[in-house]
Amino acid sequence: MNNNINVAIIGGGPAGLAAACTLYEQGICDVHIFEREHVLGGVLFQCIHNGFGIHHFKEELTGPEYAERYIQKVNKTDTFVHTDTAVIDLYRENEALTLVLLGSKEGLQVFTARAVILAMGCRERNRGNINIPGSRPAGIMTAGFAQRMVNLEGYLPGKEIIILGSGDIGLIMARRLSLEGVNVQGVVEIQPFPGGLTRNIVQCLNDFHIPLYLSHTISNIFGKQRIDSVEITAIDNQLEPDTKNRFTLPCDTLLLSVGLVPENELSVKAGVILDEATRGPVVDANCMTTVPGIFACGNVLHVHDIVDYVSEEAARAARTAAQFVNKSLTDKDGIRMLAGNLVRYMLPTKVYTGKPTIVSLRPITPVEDIVLYAKRNGEIVYKKKYQKILPSSMIQFELPALSGIEPVEVFFAGEET
Amino acid sequence: MTDTIICTVCPLGCSLIVEHKNKTIQSISGNRCKRGIAYGEQEILDPKRVVTTTVKIDGGIIPMLSVKTSAPVERGKMTEIVRSASQMRLHAPVEIGTVIEKNICSSGADLIATRNVAKISDSAC
Ligand SMILES: Cc1cc2nc3c(=O)[nH]c(=O)nc-3n(C[C@H](O)[C@H](O)[C@H](O)COP(=O)(O)OP(=O)(O)OC[C@H]3O[C@@H](n4cnc5c(N)ncnc54)[C@H](O)[C@@H]3O)c2cc1C
Ligand code: SF4
Repeated sequence: MNNNINVAIIGGGPAGLAAACTLYEQGICDVHIFEREHVLGGVLFQCIHNGFGIHHFKEELTGPEYAERYIQKVNKTDTFVHTDTAVIDLYRENEALTLVLLGSKEGLQVFTARAVILAMGCRERNRGNINIPGSRPAGIMTAGFAQRMVNLEGYLPGKEIIILGSGDIGLIMARRLSLEGVNVQGVVEIQPFPGGLTRNIVQCLNDFHIPLYLSHTISNIFGKQRIDSVEITAIDNQLEPDTKNRFTLPCDTLLLSVGLVPENELSVKAGVILDEATRGPVVDANCMTTVPGIFACGNVLHVHDIVDYVSEEAARAARTAAQFVNKSLTDKDGIRMLAGNLVRYMLPTKVYTGKPTIVSLRPITPVEDIVLYAKRNGEIVYKKKYQKILPSSMIQFELPALSGIEPVEVFFAGEET
Repeated sequence: MTDTIICTVCPLGCSLIVEHKNKTIQSISGNRCKRGIAYGEQEILDPKRVVTTTVKIDGGIIPMLSVKTSAPVERGKMTEIVRSASQMRLHAPVEIGTVIEKNICSSGADLIATRNVAKISDSAC
């Protein structure tokens, strides 16, 4: 096989799959997906619950069903699929993008591509990323690891479980384990509001009478060989521990659901600059990173809560990657995008003259009755009212086509400032 | 009796206060739109959920097959359905959409496969 290819897609999860479909529709041939696992689909096969695809397919699918639909679509294209193949290095040299692959059958291989789409997804924060004092016994794992164990391998992580963090994966696992007869003692969340979707609070915790300890954290872990209990402490308004308000709960397993981080070791090797807030690459309106020809989409770019948006973003990235390969991507001077009041992160950081752009952002904290503004030289270019904004729900809007080069500020404020 | 439940129809998540007696709704308040009323009635009188779980499968590329009920079922039947699925044992290959058990636990819904599991020998991809 010729190792000089058109487009390399790194990662065969929903982002990579959607990118491959769009490249095919755009008439781009010689597209290759590299996936380190044995099957395509990414993290979706372990997400056996339903609630996927409502937006995109207008019906409620489970994670595996969503994945199967896209895999079937990709199988109908002429995309080359390399499973059991990890990309271990990526760099740009004289216009060419070079990928170093490690395959279980082929061993080491080197490919060059005209464009690369990063679709490596994210990984979970673990105990090393947060700070819990106490001993280091067995029985502490991330919620996603437990999800894989139960749903793909078929065994239970323990009999008595506590979950730290109220992110969606932790909530989903609370229900999954309860249904399997495991005693879920509670979910402990440091913030005064839950990290996951309301629907999951209702259907995963309330349905099973699992307590949610908001404004609480785990202050100590006990156990010699295996964890046997944890100490839980209330947190006051200043985010300081309230030592008078503290109790201990027994458990044999602690699941961590304390957030996801885009998987960008490879991007950094390629010289891609990362955004401090998203931990994903800095991208322009074309989903192109700071390295020409390298595009990013899905959870490697920023953590999404709804997979439908991952697929849409990947389609956008693939459309511009196709233009790049066809040498019709000619955007030059960009308009800078600035994140203002109550915006935790926003992307892209740059949009182009004369083109409407989808902007994605997350608020810092929950607020009711607030207005999202995009302003330029004091003039409103976009405005939308929200009855409620939540950090757990990403917001997307279409910024209209603009001219000139003055920056645009996006922020939340009360009605008309 | 008074129950406080959270409406999950839209992201606003209103707290609904539902007064009910002998399986009849007396009043619902706290909703910001009328969809909350329908949700509150359904949740108190006849709460339903789609159940998703796994079934053991032999000879496949993975040892577990993900499954779901073909329609929402009575909430009270969830545990029984999951327990019943955990007793089953299948053989690969299984195709997505295959009915694993009709009218599972007399719930009115079928248990169906939500993925393909190829045989371990012919696992091309
Ligand atoms: C544990 C976990 C559980 C989740 N549960 C839910 C949920 O219940 N509901 C929900 O809506 N969202 C959930 N999410 C979010 C979900 O990940 C996204 O909605 C979606 O799957 C992201 O798609 P993606 O293609 O960007 O990433 P992924 O699905 O993570 O796919 C990335 C793929 O890239 C591959 N890869 C990575 N690095 C390399 C490399 N160097 N070489 C080759 N291949 C590589 C990986 O093996 C993987 O298959 C979960 C995320 C995680 C981590
Ligand atoms: S009552 Fe209406 S506004 Fe409130 S959460 Fe339900 S659907 Fe949304």
